[in-house]
Amino acid sequence: MLSRVADSLYWMSRYLERAEHTARLLDVNLNLMLDESQTSSEHRWQRVLHALGNPQDVEWVGDPYLLTRTLSYDLNHKPSIVSCIVSARENSRHVREQISTEQWHQLNSLYLHVTRPGLQIETEEFLQLVMDSIHQFQGITDSTMSHGEGWQFIQVGRFIERAAATAMLLEAYHEDLWINSERIPESNEYLEWMGLLRSATAFEAYCKVYTADLTPDRILEFLLLDKQFPHSLRFSIDVMQNALDAIQHESGKTRAESLHRLGGRLHAMLSFSSIDDILRQDIVGVLHNIQVQCRAIHNTIYELYVDYPIQTALAG
Amino acid sequence: MQFAQMAMDNYLLDHAYDEMFSAPDELRTHYELLFQHFSSLPASELLRRKQAADLSFLNQGITFTVYGRQEGTEKIFPYDLLPRLITAAEWTKVEQGLMQRITALNLFLKDIYNEGHILRDGIVPREVVFSCKQYRRQMIGLQVPRNIYIAICGTDLIRLENGEFVVLEDNLRVPSGVSYMLTNRRVMKRIFPQLFRSYNVRPIEQYTQLLLGTLRSLAPEGRPEPNIVLLSPGVFNSAYFEHAYLARQMGIELVEGRDLVVHDNVVYMRTTSGLRRVDVIYRRVDDDFIDPLAFRPDSILGVAGLFNAYRAGNVTLANAFGTGVADDKALYAYVPDIIRYYLSEEPVLKNVETYLMTRPSERQHTLANLDKFVVKAVGESGGYGMLIGPQSTAAQREEFARRIEADPRNYIAQPTISFSRAPCLVDDALEPRHVDLRPYVLYGDKVTVVPGGLTRVALTRGSLVVNSSQGGGSKDTWVLSQ
Repeated sequence: MLSRVADSLYWMSRYLERAEHTARLLDVNLNLMLDESQTSSEHRWQRVLHALGNPQDVEWVGDPYLLTRTLSYDLNHKPSIVSCIVSARENSRHVREQISTEQWHQLNSLYLHVTRPGLQIETEEFLQLVMDSIHQFQGITDSTMSHGEGWQFIQVGRFIERAAATAMLLEAYHEDLWINSERIPESNEYLEWMGLLRSATAFEAYCKVYTADLTPDRILEFLLLDKQFPHSLRFSIDVMQNALDAIQHESGKTRAESLHRLGGRLHAMLSFSSIDDILRQDIVGVLHNIQVQCRAIHNTIYELYVDYPIQTALAG
Repeated sequence: MQFAQMAMDNYLLDHAYDEMFSAPDELRTHYELLFQHFSSLPASELLRRKQAADLSFLNQGITFTVYGRQEGTEKIFPYDLLPRLITAAEWTKVEQGLMQRITALNLFLKDIYNEGHILRDGIVPREVVFSCKQYRRQMIGLQVPRNIYIAICGTDLIRLENGEFVVLEDNLRVPSGVSYMLTNRRVMKRIFPQLFRSYNVRPIEQYTQLLLGTLRSLAPEGRPEPNIVLLSPGVFNSAYFEHAYLARQMGIELVEGRDLVVHDNVVYMRTTSGLRRVDVIYRRVDDDFIDPLAFRPDSILGVAGLFNAYRAGNVTLANAFGTGVADDKALYAYVPDIIRYYLSEEPVLKNVETYLMTRPSERQHTLANLDKFVVKAVGESGGYGMLIGPQSTAAQREEFARRIEADPRNYIAQPTISFSRAPCLVDDALEPRHVDLRPYVLYGDKVTVVPGGLTRVALTRGSLVVNSSQGGGSKDTWVLSQ
C-alpha cells in the first residue's frame, strides 16, 4: 500500500474521531449547563478547552454559546467540528479509489450537509447529527471495506485519537475529581461526574459494572483500565496494538520492534496495573505520560510506514 | 408527442454536414434503425431514460473540475442520449489515417531529437521546431524504448461539409477523455440494450487492457514483471476522475509526485512495506511540471531526478518528454509533408487549411479578415486562448490582432469551418448540434486504434466549441462492424 494512502486513511479516521469527541463534549456540557450548579460557567468551559488540548486561537470570553459555535462551525479554526469533517473528507477524496462507495457517500453527504451555505440548524441538533453520521460511517466502514491494511490504518487512527483524547479528558477533570477525594461529594458534583462519563459515552456502561454509585476512583478505573468498554484507554490501546501487529504482518516490515515495544509498554501498563497502583502515583503524571507515549507511537508509525528516510528503506 | 414529430418540427438543416439526414426528411441509411427505435418511444419515456443516465453519472462521481472559479468546481460532464454512428467504411479510412499519422509523427520525433534529416532537407524549417516551447533540448540523442515517443494519443477529427473526416488537432502530450468514452458506452448499453443489440457495434471495453499491454511493452529491458503506475497531478486536476478510473480499471497504483523518490537514478514509490521500484510511468503530468530539476523548478507536482532516471533508461515514461513539439499548432501545418517525407505516402486524412502568422502574407490576409477566421494560440488546449472570428466582438478582434502582431509565432489561423452536426436531445426536442470526434490511438507492440472515441458536442446552439471546460458535452460513438 502506498504510504500516502495509509497516511490519508489514518488522518481521515483521526479527524472523524476528533469531530465526534468534540461534538459529544459540547453536547454534554451544553446540557449540564442548564442545571443549577456550583460549577462556574468559566470553570466548565475552561475545562472543555483543556479537554480539547487548549486549541490555539480559541479563548473563553464569557459566552458559552459563542464558544460552542466557534468550536462547532468555524472554518477558520482547525479544531472546530466542521473543520475536522472538511479535513476528513479531503483525506478521503485523495484515496477515493481505496475506500468503498458507501463510505464515500456517507462522508460526502455529511460534508455537504454541514458545509451548506446558510445552514439553519440548532446547535444541539447539529451535534447530534454529527455524532450519528460518524457512528454510521464507522459501521459502514466495518461492513463494506476489506479488513486489510487500509482498514487497519483506519483502526489505528481512530483508537490512537481516542486514547489520547480520553487521557486528556481525564486530565482536564483531574482537579474536580481527585484533589479532595477524601471529602463527601456535594450533589452537584455527581452531575459533573456523570458529565465526565457521558463525555466518553460511558455512563450506562459504568452503571452496569458498578451501579450508579459514582466515585472518582471507580470512574478512573473504568475509563482507564476496563477491558471491554470501547472508550476506555485499555480497550483503545489493545485495538490499536492489534491493528499495528496486523499492519506489520501485512506489510512484511521486519524492523517494527520499536513500534511494537512502545505499544506493548502502554498495553502492559494498562493491563497489569490495578487502580490502587495508579492512585499511589501522581495521576496527572500518569495521564500526561500516556499522551506522550501516544505521540511517540504516532511518530514511530510515521518513521516506519510513511515518512521514512530513503537510506534506511534501501538498506532493509 | 412522439419523437418522430419532434424531430421534424425542430430540425433545420444548414450547410453543415448532418450526421443523420442527407436532406430534409431523408435519413442516412445507417440511422434508420435508430430513428425508428426512438420514434417508438414516447417523449416521457425518453425523459425517464435521460434521467436514469444522468443519475448513473452522478452516482459514479463522473465529474470534471473547471478552473478559475471558487465554487461549484466539480461538474458532471453533460451527456446526450442519441449515439453517433460511424459506418464500417468511414471507420476504415479514419483508422488508416490515424495509424499513418502516429507512425509518421513518431518517426519525426525520433528524427528531430537525433539526426535531424527532415530539418536538413528543409521539409520543416528549423526555426519552427526550435522555437517551439515544447521542444526539449534534454531529449537530444536520447534513446527511448522501441523508439516510441507517442504511446498514447487522442486525435481530434471533424467532418467538413462534404462529410470528409479531417484532422483538427493532434494531442500527443496527455490526451484526456477516454474515461468518458468508456463510461458513456457502459451507460448506453444499460439504458438502450435492444437498440444496441440491433446494431453491430464494435466493442471498446478492451481499451484499458490494451493500454496496460502498451505500457508493459515499453518497460525497460530486464524488467519482465514491470511495476506500472499512473502519475497524476492529484485531486485538484480537472481529469482526476479519469486518472482514478484508469488506475482502478488497469489494477495499477495511482501515484502523485510526492509518492515517488529517485535514488541512484532509479525511481521508487513509497509504500508501507518500504520502497518499491517503478518501471513504467503513465504520466498525466505535463513535461513542464514533471521534474523540478530538469524543467520548471517551481513545480511541486513533480519528482526531483525523474528525468535523469529516464535518461539512464531505468524507467519509461509514456508519453516521452518533448512530444509536444509534434502537436504544436504551427507544426501541424507541416504534418502532411512529414507523412510524405517518412512514409512516401499521401496523407489519408487531410488537415484543415492553416495560416501561419510568421509568414507575412498569410498574417496580412488573416488580420484583414479576422471576422472570418478562427485564431488559436499554438501552445494552448481545452478551448482556451482562442478567437472565433464570426462570433467575436470588435474589441476581441482588436485584442487578438495586437497579440498576433506582438508574437506571430504563438498564433495560427484557420478558416471557420462549420463542422458536422448530429441530433441531440435538447429539453424534450431534437436539435442539431456541432460535434467532433476524438478517437484514441495506442502504440506499443503495434498501432491500435480503438473503434470508437469520444464524440464531443457543442451544447449551445450554433456554438463550435466542444471542450468540456467551455460547456461541451458528449455522446457515445458507435462504430458499426457492417
